[in-house]
Amino acid sequence: MHAYLSLENVGMEFIRGNTKSVVLKDVGLKIDRGEFISIIGHSGCGKSTVLNIVAGLLRCTTGGVLLENREVDSPGPDRAVVFQNHSLLPWLTVYDNVRLGVDKVFGKTKSKAERHEWTLRNLSLVHMDHAIAKYPEEISGGMKQRVGIARALAMEPKVLLMDEPFGALDALTRAHLQDSLMEIQTTLGNTVIMITHDVDEAVLLSDRIVMMTNGPAATIGQVLDVPLKRPRRRLELAEDPTYVHCRGEVLRFLYERHRHVEAA
Amino acid sequence: MTALTETHRTAAPSARFANLVPATVAWARNAVANTLPPLVALAILVGIWQLLCMGAGASLPAPSKVVTDTWELISNPFFDHGGTDKGLFWHLFASLKRVAVGFSLAAVAGVLLGVLIGQSSLAYRGLDPIFQVLRTVPPLAWLPISLAAFRNADPSAIFVIFITAVWPIILNTAVGIRQIPQDYRNVARVMRLSGPEYFFKIMLPATVPYMFTGLKIGIGLSWLAIVAAEMLIGGVGIGFFIWDAWNSSLMSEIILALVYVGVVGFMLDRLIGFIAGRISGPKARS
Repeated sequence: MHAYLSLENVGMEFIRGNTKSVVLKDVGLKIDRGEFISIIGHSGCGKSTVLNIVAGLLRCTTGGVLLENREVDSPGPDRAVVFQNHSLLPWLTVYDNVRLGVDKVFGKTKSKAERHEWTLRNLSLVHMDHAIAKYPEEISGGMKQRVGIARALAMEPKVLLMDEPFGALDALTRAHLQDSLMEIQTTLGNTVIMITHDVDEAVLLSDRIVMMTNGPAATIGQVLDVPLKRPRRRLELAEDPTYVHCRGEVLRFLYERHRHVEAA
Repeated sequence: MTALTETHRTAAPSARFANLVPATVAWARNAVANTLPPLVALAILVGIWQLLCMGAGASLPAPSKVVTDTWELISNPFFDHGGTDKGLFWHLFASLKRVAVGFSLAAVAGVLLGVLIGQSSLAYRGLDPIFQVLRTVPPLAWLPISLAAFRNADPSAIFVIFITAVWPIILNTAVGIRQIPQDYRNVARVMRLSGPEYFFKIMLPATVPYMFTGLKIGIGLSWLAIVAAEMLIGGVGIGFFIWDAWNSSLMSEIILALVYVGVVGFMLDRLIGFIAGRISGPKARS
């Protein structure tokens, strides 16, 4: 039985002049369909590199990524990315930003009316149907990220890749978006890989948390199962022993076993 | 009860009128605040000029003399007595026609070359040093070469316009393309946009503000160059008109022509700015 998505011995080296720097080494991970995976680690450990390799935006130097047994060698809408700083196109409205991807992916399979319908449906999924005619600079940071999620979801990806999607948002907005994401996840059952450096976010959202060691030559240090039942509610979880245990495990990994050594 | 509604009814129109008056006053005040200072400054400058050149031995005519001397030209810009003896409108029109042709060619070639060196780092490394050297050549220095190549005055003038305007357009377009954030490129890659789709949906809108900076500089330079080029090549055109007036010692005509040249150059600049505003639309609001 093959995994839905598998990373096999993924390694990444950069050669600049005579110096060879190894960023990633032997990253191996199997992910099932519908799983929500978080990748957590200190900054600079190569989390984003892993995500970009799965996205196809970077080619790994050793090993490979298989999605439904096909090798990933270029970017594509089946692995839609939610970028950290939303990257909405400022000259397009909220609607047109989402529609651009919809037209590209479903241009041949859906009629114009169906694509319009589908764009609106994805925008209402992230509660942004009230602002479809607005331009990105007219809406808040949280709203932009919602539109970014809608754009990715509207491409109906096999795997949704999120690169610290809520990193730039304030705590309250972040909580709102996490709740929205859980709600969407319950409805659609997407396979998700999310990069984060927020321990609570990782425990709250994930089925499994992948913890990465510090670079150079970073790799997976530990994979933690989060056996919390869904739907999860943040208020009830605060005192849940399983939640507290998982949270403690991640914190111990990050701050005891793989403490980030600050460059002095 | 009735009395209360009565008062309301009478109050309403007067209230609306009361709002209208301050609005009109504010608008008028704003208009005055914007137009009055330049008019006053102009009046002062013209006044100083009048004082300086009023004396009998002045080498340049005073503004009052310029107007009386050239009243024929001011009041009738459309006469045409054949040859180069035409109204100022026709001279300006001839110059604008050359600029239009040369500048359009420069815009097309400049944007295409800019895209090329912005997009391909190999082309950038190859061509950028050459462009950096060529763009410092003064416009008129190209005139003898183009006269030798085209053996004809009009295409030579157009070539000078082209070669003057093309550099800022190339360089600004290239900068704009190199400034496209990696994120936008990644969005395009994830969506698998094709080459033309990327060009029209991402590259062009992201580069438009830079392109128009280049076009604006380019049109200004072409207008500078055409006057100088026409002085040398002759024929109908505002540059030749100035040169002709100089040869006939008609100082007033030169001054009048300079005013027209300035006003037209200003309008060209505003025209490009206006088009840029219309095209970049929502982006310009940010």
